[in-house]
Amino acid sequence: MDLGTIWFILWGVLWAVYFVLDGYDFGIGIIRPFFSKSDTETRIMYNAMGPFWDGNEVWLITAGGVTFAAFPKTYAIMFSSLYTPLMLLLFSLILRGVTLEFRSKVDSAGWRKLWDVCNFLGSFLPALLLGVAFANIFMGIPINQEGILQGNLFTLLNPYGLAGGLLFVFLFAHHGALWLAQKSEGEIRERALKTAGKLWPVVAVLVVLFLVMSWFMTQLFSNYLVHPALFILLLVPVAGLLLTCKYRRQGRPLAAWVSSALLIGGAALFGVFGIFPALLPSSLNPAWSLTIENSSSTPLTLSIMLGVALVFVPIVIIYQVWAMHLFRHPVNQEDLDYDEAY
Amino acid sequence: MDVLLLSRLQFAFATFIHFIFVPLTLGLSFIVAVMETKYVRTGDETYKKMAKFWGKLFLINFALGVVTGLTLEFQFGTNWSRYSTFVGDIFGSLLAIEATAAFFLESTFVAVWVFGWKKLSPKFHATCIWIVAFAANLSALWIILANGFMQHPVGYVIQNGRAELASFTDVITNGYAWNEFFHTITGSWALAGFFVVGISSWHLLRKQNIDFFTKSFRIGAAFALIFALVVALVGHRQGNIVAEVQPAKLAAMESHWETQPNAPMYLVQVPDPENEGNSIQFGKIPSILSIMAFNNPSAVVKGLKDFPKQDRPPVTLTFSAFRLMVGLGTLMIIVGILAFIARHQPVESSTKLLKLFVWCIPVPYLALQAGWAVAEVGRQPWIVYGIMRTKDAVSPLATSQVAISLAAFFVVYILLAAIDIFLLAKYARKQPA
Repeated sequence: MDLGTIWFILWGVLWAVYFVLDGYDFGIGIIRPFFSKSDTETRIMYNAMGPFWDGNEVWLITAGGVTFAAFPKTYAIMFSSLYTPLMLLLFSLILRGVTLEFRSKVDSAGWRKLWDVCNFLGSFLPALLLGVAFANIFMGIPINQEGILQGNLFTLLNPYGLAGGLLFVFLFAHHGALWLAQKSEGEIRERALKTAGKLWPVVAVLVVLFLVMSWFMTQLFSNYLVHPALFILLLVPVAGLLLTCKYRRQGRPLAAWVSSALLIGGAALFGVFGIFPALLPSSLNPAWSLTIENSSSTPLTLSIMLGVALVFVPIVIIYQVWAMHLFRHPVNQEDLDYDEAY
Repeated sequence: MDVLLLSRLQFAFATFIHFIFVPLTLGLSFIVAVMETKYVRTGDETYKKMAKFWGKLFLINFALGVVTGLTLEFQFGTNWSRYSTFVGDIFGSLLAIEATAAFFLESTFVAVWVFGWKKLSPKFHATCIWIVAFAANLSALWIILANGFMQHPVGYVIQNGRAELASFTDVITNGYAWNEFFHTITGSWALAGFFVVGISSWHLLRKQNIDFFTKSFRIGAAFALIFALVVALVGHRQGNIVAEVQPAKLAAMESHWETQPNAPMYLVQVPDPENEGNSIQFGKIPSILSIMAFNNPSAVVKGLKDFPKQDRPPVTLTFSAFRLMVGLGTLMIIVGILAFIARHQPVESSTKLLKLFVWCIPVPYLALQAGWAVAEVGRQPWIVYGIMRTKDAVSPLATSQVAISLAAFFVVYILLAAIDIFLLAKYARKQPA
């Protein structure tokens, strides 16, 4: 396998890991207004992601940085052609980030309400925008030869883009409910499992709908048809979808969350492998697509970066898993009384 | 207003706001680490309380640093796509390494530190804040190696219409960048020292928690004085390097127009770029510019007139920012000495002196911002010194897109910065728990 292909796969995996990790943070933020019945419950929800959300967000910075390092032209064209949605995404993420830090710092109901609203927006909007953006990337966006988008924000809000947005919102909401279930106890845990149970059929319908739309509206399946062995990869998200339901019914939220992670990661990779070898397909003319061939860095940079990734990414995974393990216990009253709690 | 100007304003604004929060993160993390280590060594609970009190301020500040940093990584792509395409082979990898090798470490361990007081042994817990401090400063190194490439590009070849990596070793051993890094972090450590001295003085003025704030003051004063001195020395070296590799920037910093040996400096000077000279200059100190730039009184210092007009940086801004930085830096040394002298019994100091320490909290902030203004404005008209002009780097965007995003940056960042400073002030005034 050549360096470009290795980096293409790593690029896809980094985005998939980001969706899996920050996805549950967004999910908790999305279901919170409908789930929480009191300030205590809201705080349990925030503290369920408390020690993790910042580390999760670094995967986005890494995915962005790797796009820049390995495929600079894709980085340049992707983010300048998707200027307005990306700015909206960044501002939403800023809101989400500060809500957790600010909310507990002033003792006033109005203050907390303000940051609760911001947290919802800062969770819902990124989920929606990432879904819309990636669905459009999977379908191809109307960029011309110079990489300029022929259209505006509303061009991206086409049926397939919106289906992708809805899919992400519900995938993450379901994912967040399962995380909350495995980080809480008693009545909240039961209710979180029930919420995930109610969301699951919607997720299942949207997954099927998205696959059907992909078949008719995109070229995503062409790689799979040329290499039918690739269809095995589709088994990952499908298995995740079925297993998450099974484990939830057995009352095993962590196993259900891991299955949901397979679903989200597998869905993202399904799309990424579908557009290979393009990273940003042009819907106007395949010759204007940004591909491994026309947008990657030099072999020297790619090999140095590969060395860095092979050393540091496993180390990152080790200490992040260790941190998750350290804070694995359900959020309880003692956690909420803790002076640094959100 | 065109896309170029709007994009420059947006990047400058976003970076300046981001850099309100970064230096305190870089310095205060070490100060908190020192405090917690003293607690582990001595078992004195005051030091634990200190780590918690100053740690809280560290965290409030840290949150804004994180969220404002997020937009910066993407702005190279959004607003500077031609630049990104041109230098991505080198510049992009430095940003990616920053995230992978440093920022992950910082973000993960800051959470372990915050939530782990009861879960980890005191020694291990103290190690976590050392990791945070180390990782934060390591982040700064990678970012400044990237900036160093823009200031003094090395280790590249121009090939296939872009700057391609020729030697990674050259890029990461770029002397310009390393000196710039030490200049930045020592300035940041001094800033954190003044921050701790200032807030401690505020409490000591009110005679509250005297033991706690005396101990804090002592650590802060040591940081303030030592690093106010070191940052000046490293800054002098920075001037030497600039003189060598960015002569136009040096000439703009001094508003120095005529190429000459024994180049003088003037105590008072008003640049007049229209007429290629200074409208006012007096208080001449002979040969001092030659000495400052090249450590040699007879060295020839190239003047702005010997650079084509299109290669000159904006003189007035670069000159004023440099004067401001040097002036404030000198003030930091004087106040640092006063704090160091007062460190044993600061509460016995005169009210005026303690008030001075409180009022000096913003001084290093201004000095550091001015320093970055010198570095970045003085680099103009180049985005990558000598090889790419800023005007050739901007994305092909519509003016309205950038105008709207710039307005959003103004509103959101100013609101958030105001809230954050309000919270910092609120928690700085609290009694330690």
